[in-house]
Amino acid sequence: MEKIKKYSKVIYILWLRQLKRYYRSRARMVGSLAQPVLFLVALGFGFGPIYQKAGGGNYIQFIAPGIISMSIIFTAMFAGIEVIYDRQFGFLKETLVAPVPRWTIMLGRTFGGATVATIQGIVVFFIAILIGFRPENILLAPFALIFMILIAFFFTALGTAIASPMEDMQAFPLIINFLIMPLFFLSGALFPLSGLPKAIQTIIYINPLSYGVDGIRAVLTDQMHFTLQTDFFVLFSFAIIALAIGSYLFSKIEV
Amino acid sequence: MNIIEVKNLVKRFDDITAVDNISFNVKKGEIFAFLGPNGAGKTTTIKMFTTLLQSTSGKVLINGFNPSTHPNDVRRSFGIIFQDPSLDDELTAFENLEFHGVLYNVPKKIRRARIEELLKIVELDKRRNDLVKEFSGGMKRRLEIARGLLHHPKIIFLDEPTLGLDPQTRNHLWSYIKNMNQKENITVFFSTHYMEEADRMSDRVAIIDNGKIVAEGTAEKLKKETSSQTLEDAFLKLTGKQIREEGAKNIDKLRSMRRVWRK
Repeated sequence: MEKIKKYSKVIYILWLRQLKRYYRSRARMVGSLAQPVLFLVALGFGFGPIYQKAGGGNYIQFIAPGIISMSIIFTAMFAGIEVIYDRQFGFLKETLVAPVPRWTIMLGRTFGGATVATIQGIVVFFIAILIGFRPENILLAPFALIFMILIAFFFTALGTAIASPMEDMQAFPLIINFLIMPLFFLSGALFPLSGLPKAIQTIIYINPLSYGVDGIRAVLTDQMHFTLQTDFFVLFSFAIIALAIGSYLFSKIEV
Repeated sequence: MNIIEVKNLVKRFDDITAVDNISFNVKKGEIFAFLGPNGAGKTTTIKMFTTLLQSTSGKVLINGFNPSTHPNDVRRSFGIIFQDPSLDDELTAFENLEFHGVLYNVPKKIRRARIEELLKIVELDKRRNDLVKEFSGGMKRRLEIARGLLHHPKIIFLDEPTLGLDPQTRNHLWSYIKNMNQKENITVFFSTHYMEEADRMSDRVAIIDNGKIVAEGTAEKLKKETSSQTLEDAFLKLTGKQIREEGAKNIDKLRSMRRVWRK
């Protein structure tokens, strides 16, 4: 009992640190909104007419959940990768010599990063509404939050796991090119999943983000490819696995 | 009573032996200087003491605990000032200390009082709510010292704490450290390249070179043994004047040291 109290304090203070840093770097906040908004406007209005002609309906309606997911995955991954920043600027050592289990540090960081990413997703949700996105049933919108939080958790933990054994920032662009972009493009965020070549479909089926996008889309627009239960359990399992692997790799860090 | 006990400690990286079978003790309340040329094994040794690196073999006891088997007991026992800055620049001075206090489970009332006390001691109480990124190098060091002392550690490790600081700041830092050493009987274990600093501040000195302890004792004793005027002369006599010895093997070694340092 004493231990639980102690550990939750550690998790809380790491969470708070992450939020303070986010709140203080407004440039980052605004900067990370630019890309989703650009995608929403350029793709939403650009491909809108074609999508409509092909019988798909309103394209903004279709991609808004995808773009919300995109903003979350980018922010979450970067929050995870902040381990590298902290290593570079020395702060990581301060947390590694603290008399607490490493997994509490990892968990605190993940909670913080996931919270920031979820906030970012909510902001994009409201921007989408300004641009013309209309949720099917606004009362169901809070349920989309469950999927947003799960995506945020999964990708923050994944980012931490990837960054933990890494030494320097040069790996940064590599991660973006080889991981974030493919995950995003091959998730059904931008196009419907039916009628795709087998190979692409297989990749999409093993991409956890596909289930997150599908879950948000199901709740907000009533269109779905999998079922809500599948979406939830697949994403939930991935999040737990990523947390476990992330905790393990983080606990192995030697500075 | 020995607060640090080291026996036959070895650390190997791949095929390089960074710390080669060293043994020494540090008494409680002592100010102990750990000297050596670059790449001699100082930082590696401190990392093993502070649970940041696992030793290859040998025995270490910090405040009676083994860093490999009881890391959290060891971590509670010491405070550390790293060679490179380790503050969060995006937080204020107070927030950095508060963060540390919570991490070390210092109860709120004691924590707040201690933060006030330490901010006054290191003369940063007026800058408590400023972001650390606005601080000068010397101010950051002072804040790190306050942070290292926050949880009432038994030992404080300082890895080249005065590197790159002006004489004024250096003197101030040492007066805080000396003051805490006397007031709270904190054992001070520090490494430095400034030999006059080691001579002036330490009760005892150990010199490490190529991973081995080459001399140990009071600064006076080392000077006498090498018939030197200053500790710097004694140091040079004991470790040689070469910047680092001959051969490609040593370049590889230096490179791997750099790898350890950069981490």
